[in-house]
Amino acid sequence: MSVGTYYLPALPYAYNALEPSISAQIMELHHSKHHQTYVTNLNNALKSYSTASSSNDIPQQIALQQAIKFNGGGHINHSLFWENLTPASSPDAKTDSAPTLVAAIDKTWGSVDSFKATFNKALLGIQGSGWGWLVKDAQGLRIVTTKDQDPVVSGEVPIFGVDMWEHAYYLQYLNGKAAYVENIWNVINWKTAEKRYKGSAQDAFSVLKASL
Amino acid sequence: MSATLLRTSALRAGIRASAAKPMAGMASTSFVRGKATLPDLPYDYGALEPHISGQIMELHHAKHHQTYVNGVNAAIEAIGDAQAKGDAQAAAKQAPLLNFHGGGHINHSLFWENLAPNGKGGGGEPTGKLLTAINEDFGSFDNLKKQTNAALAGIQGSGWAWLVKDKTSGTLGLVTRMGQDPVSGNLEPLMGIDAWEHAYYLQYQNRKAEYFGAIWEVINWGNVAKRFEK
Repeated sequence: MSVGTYYLPALPYAYNALEPSISAQIMELHHSKHHQTYVTNLNNALKSYSTASSSNDIPQQIALQQAIKFNGGGHINHSLFWENLTPASSPDAKTDSAPTLVAAIDKTWGSVDSFKATFNKALLGIQGSGWGWLVKDAQGLRIVTTKDQDPVVSGEVPIFGVDMWEHAYYLQYLNGKAAYVENIWNVINWKTAEKRYKGSAQDAFSVLKASL
Repeated sequence: MSATLLRTSALRAGIRASAAKPMAGMASTSFVRGKATLPDLPYDYGALEPHISGQIMELHHAKHHQTYVNGVNAAIEAIGDAQAKGDAQAAAKQAPLLNFHGGGHINHSLFWENLAPNGKGGGGEPTGKLLTAINEDFGSFDNLKKQTNAALAGIQGSGWAWLVKDKTSGTLGLVTRMGQDPVSGNLEPLMGIDAWEHAYYLQYQNRKAEYFGAIWEVINWGNVAKRFEK
């Protein structure tokens, strides 16, 4: 069985394009080192899985599942994350770019400000490494947090995610993660968020392409 | 499991206003009158350089550890308030916070003590009974280092690796813990290595294997031996 090889997607903006909210140094390490490592380790795990599968080695297939989940999750989460950020100067960084989503947020949380406050509280409550996501499911909009690199892949549509691993902010914000959480709102891509809100989970994951 | 003991003893510390006793087996963790306090570092912030930078040590101790101290005190107070009102639900809600911040306080308190400046108690090799036990249970000191580094590299997210002693058999082992889950139960923590990114990122960034390599230069084997022989 041949398996696809995943690759690091190009950032849709320059490393320094999110400054001053996120420094170029963080973006470069985060994309070219951390994300690359998830991609590399995902490909290795999938290759081993394919070998185990073709030799009917079920213990080995089971043993590889955590590596696939962690590294595949890392690849999925970061791919979604880059796309749901944009330079603060872009019109996409304004909530005006997401009229349908904002109406749904208003309906759920009362206002965008009250939604942001709830989201920030969820982000700051994460113990250890993890992510916060705004998702859409059959009931409507929800805020969820996930640990480490667990991806949101149970049918919910991920609207946007915020990376709360220390590597996402530490070089710039040190232990002041509340300031990172405050500033990330300057660079949220509301246009992407609107598009994901109107689409399906499959649409959101379409950014994940493997080359065969 | 491991969290049960912590919850119980931290709970007790919180409820008894006069509880000045340290938590069982955690002699280096300071709880004064039921309040956790930040212990002084037994060396200067810059003393572990070049293996761990002064900036990392200062933030790690003065900010991160302090936040765990504040968090555990807040959780203990909230549990006390809930208990006074007979509100079991409100008390139970604090359990994850107590485990996380209490664990953070315990882990860091042990960590500072099992480090020392290179050449001044830090680095080198274990000796005596501890070395004998390491040779028996890991084959060699080199193997212990290799296995520890592999365990550290395998942590997916934030966590710790610990050299532990089984309290019943006395044998050594290696365990990892996620987040700030402390080592307790039947395992005695002898030496911990913090694999949270805040422990190394300012100096080593994504090259965490370099940090795991360097930390051995500042392990305080005298302190580890003392814990082992206790």
